Amino acid sequence: MSASDLLSLLPLLIISGSAVIAILLVAIRRNHRVMHAFTVFAFICALVALYFQPYAVPYVIAPLFVVDAFALFNTGLILLAGLSVLFLSYSYFEQREERKEEYYILLLLATVGGMVLVISQHFISLFLGLETMSISLYGLIAYLRARERSDEAGIKYLLLAALSSAFLLFGMALVYAESGRMDFTGIGIYLKTLHAAPVAVVAGFGLMVIGVGFKLGIVPFHMWAPDIYEGAPLPVAAYIATVSKGSMLVLLMRFYRDINGYEYTILWWVFAIIAMASMFAGNWLALLQQNVKRLLAYSSIAHMGYILIAFLAGQEAGQEAVIFYLVAYVITSIGAFGVLALMSDEKNDAENLEDFSGLFWRQPWLAAIFTGMLLSLAGIPLTAGFIGKFYVVAAGVDAELWLLLVLLVINSVIGLFYYIRLVAIMFQPLPGPAVRRRMPFFGIFALSALMILLLWLGVYPSALITVIRDMMLTMG
Amino acid sequence: MILLAFILLPILGAFVAWLSSAVHRSAPRWVALLVMLAGLVLSAGLWWQVQDDVYFVGDHWLRTFELPWMPRFGISFSLALDGLSLLMVVLTFFLGALSVMVSWNEIKERVGFFHFNILFVLGGIVGVFLTMDLFLFYFFWEVMLIPMYFLIGIWGHANRTYAAFKFFLFTQAGGLLMLLSILGLYFIHHSLTGTFTFSYFELLHTQMPLEANRWLMLGFLIAFIVKLPAFPFHTWLPDAHTEAPTAGSVILAGLLLKTGAYGILRFVIPLFPEASHYFAPAIMLLGAIGILYGGKLAYAQTDFKRLVAYTSVSHMGFVLVGAFAFNALAYQGVVMQMITHGISTGALFMIAGSLYERLHTRELDRMGGLWPALPKMGVVTMIFVMASLGLPGLGNFIAEFLILAGSWQAAPWITVAATIGLVVATIYSLRIMQKVFFGSSQREYTLPDLSLREMLMMVPLIIAIIWLGVYPQPVINVASRAMPSVAIHSSK
Repeated sequence: MSASDLLSLLPLLIISGSAVIAILLVAIRRNHRVMHAFTVFAFICALVALYFQPYAVPYVIAPLFVVDAFALFNTGLILLAGLSVLFLSYSYFEQREERKEEYYILLLLATVGGMVLVISQHFISLFLGLETMSISLYGLIAYLRARERSDEAGIKYLLLAALSSAFLLFGMALVYAESGRMDFTGIGIYLKTLHAAPVAVVAGFGLMVIGVGFKLGIVPFHMWAPDIYEGAPLPVAAYIATVSKGSMLVLLMRFYRDINGYEYTILWWVFAIIAMASMFAGNWLALLQQNVKRLLAYSSIAHMGYILIAFLAGQEAGQEAVIFYLVAYVITSIGAFGVLALMSDEKNDAENLEDFSGLFWRQPWLAAIFTGMLLSLAGIPLTAGFIGKFYVVAAGVDAELWLLLVLLVINSVIGLFYYIRLVAIMFQPLPGPAVRRRMPFFGIFALSALMILLLWLGVYPSALITVIRDMMLTMG
Repeated sequence: MILLAFILLPILGAFVAWLSSAVHRSAPRWVALLVMLAGLVLSAGLWWQVQDDVYFVGDHWLRTFELPWMPRFGISFSLALDGLSLLMVVLTFFLGALSVMVSWNEIKERVGFFHFNILFVLGGIVGVFLTMDLFLFYFFWEVMLIPMYFLIGIWGHANRTYAAFKFFLFTQAGGLLMLLSILGLYFIHHSLTGTFTFSYFELLHTQMPLEANRWLMLGFLIAFIVKLPAFPFHTWLPDAHTEAPTAGSVILAGLLLKTGAYGILRFVIPLFPEASHYFAPAIMLLGAIGILYGGKLAYAQTDFKRLVAYTSVSHMGFVLVGAFAFNALAYQGVVMQMITHGISTGALFMIAGSLYERLHTRELDRMGGLWPALPKMGVVTMIFVMASLGLPGLGNFIAEFLILAGSWQAAPWITVAATIGLVVATIYSLRIMQKVFFGSSQREYTLPDLSLREMLMMVPLIIAIIWLGVYPQPVINVASRAMPSVAIHSSK
């Protein structure tokens, strides 16, 4: 590896290096505050390093990685998402666990996994990134080991993720056995030479869809999501909803483009059916939930369905829409889980509908943020979610996916039901006098920043749209 | 610039009102009232200015304003004002000021947030009336929704949550269909001309295939007739009106319904002239059904507010009949109807609110014989009941007469049915008077008659409705300036 190779991977190296230093720090002396500050510092360093990356030309580190504008943008997204999760974590873990420091090591490692995923263009790096992330997530999900549900969620995720990784690995092996290639573009070239795909390749792709679908949490591979969201510590749930799903989605986009996936109708239909099923199952099941965490889990399944519509629309507009929606989705998910995290006390997480009753009169700002996030998920104007949904619909109309769009409209209305119900609960009159709790500064700071971002993107999205467009142009 | 001021005034005022609640409990009321009065003065001043015919020469847009917003999609912050929008903006500020006054004593809790919502919804409504970019239009269309939802859901009566929910889902579902249509139009325009734009002026002349034209038109139409509301989609309205606080009912009946009518006049007919002609008989029929069915249901109600709510269904049927008659007479009638219905129904809801404050009931059966106790209120109610049934000399008569005279030329039989609606209107309107003020009193009430504040609200309304009934020419003048774009397109 040359110096310029290393330089282009600098953000990744900073985060990996920090993970090592973090381990040493824990060995020297346990101190939650120092550990938190150090991790925040590491993320900020990585962001600064990212900022100074040359932007114009894709930089290939053969054969595993490619650092292009698309990868840089998504790396930035992952880092910012991780940073916001970090801000929300401090007070949450301060209240609870005795040994809080390892959490930060795992978070750093998981972020390394995500960052590898968005720059990989090869099966090996894909698998390495995925496993780095998954293994860290096992630990993160079960981190509150004193809690039953946390353990259960950790075990469940361990088993299912291992299974899905096995599927993915076997699929990749089959594709490799037939094509002899492991880099994405190579597979694309191989597929082009085929008139009819051999059974092994079809089976391989089928198995890979299962593996990828599991990570994205789309129907019918979504079963884990509600349980994991419910059991995991809230900041971790936010992390899974955004970084884990987001990096997988980015990887899927890159893979799909490199193998010219849009030319294969069967693959298209597979994803179309998954999208429809995800929207309906997600929204329908969310309607039935009494637990806010599970509600958010199902709603995120539905949102993956919406994103898939933009993904299927393909073309320029579709890809832009996916990224824009992803950004909006990341902001709103972290925001929503963050509100839950701040509202939780030592014993229980705030997750029942009753916990939110009259929130607006107790914690007006927190309730306003939660309302904003929910309205954004519902796609109401003045929020980023509205522009995101508009983008998706525009891409869909452009590609004439009328069936999918009509289903999207129906689902948006179903979705309104439960988002608005939650909003209505927050505005219920209070039974007793309002008791205000002091909110941790960092948490409120992060949530306020997300809220401002949400409104800013909702009112003036041009800046982000320009960035995304330029990025897509350099991808060619 | 003045157009931007019309929108920013209430929206910024909303935030100021909310913050001012920290200073003093009543501060939000004063802020909201001042904002609305300032808007009223500004818009009336503009009306005064443009009365002069000089301004109307050439194209009929009195003022325009444009800023780029999202160039990626061809979206701009484009505002324009013609006679129709001007009248609607004046009406918005007028009823807005009254709805602030009407809640002066009614709203005692969370005053700051209440006025925030009032001003925000009014800002959204003004935006709807002014915007000339379809994306922006959809944007404002949705912006109106959330504060209205809160107004009903937080300060409403017993069954408020259900009503707020229903209102939200109905309008949102319609709105999403409209979004699909807007996007369809946008992409068809692009495939024909190669430019991406949401500008109303450019989309106006899109020559699209007939089939597409009809489908897209239906998307718009459904959104607007849900809001209007017309016959099969009216079920949200009685619930929302009944459960809303008085100010909410006034804004709903006086302004929100008008956005549906405005949308039909501004967008459906000019953008899709062929499809409008194609569907016109069916739509006029829906209008006539709405007139009769709404009237019948109004007669059957025992709840004062619910009764008035159903009269709205009936009156809005006239708008539908008139708008699709495609002639100048009916068009002027529709504009008149939008204004006079806003005033008369708004007034009836205020009366309902005042009665509720005194009697704590809306049940007609528990009222009766109130005239001796409340003579002033009785007179005021009488005036607006007469307006509602279409007595000559009051504004509604002019409006309905013009609509019927116009629609006769287009569809005589539907006009016959609509005219029968006037008889129904007489029956249910007189029933209000009979049940509330005449008859025998169940109890010997000693109630305070209209207070100074209530008189201050009612007198302008009375003046307005009589003025519109006796000398409607200024309004018709302004409205007819805006008409050509509709008439020219529909005369093909």
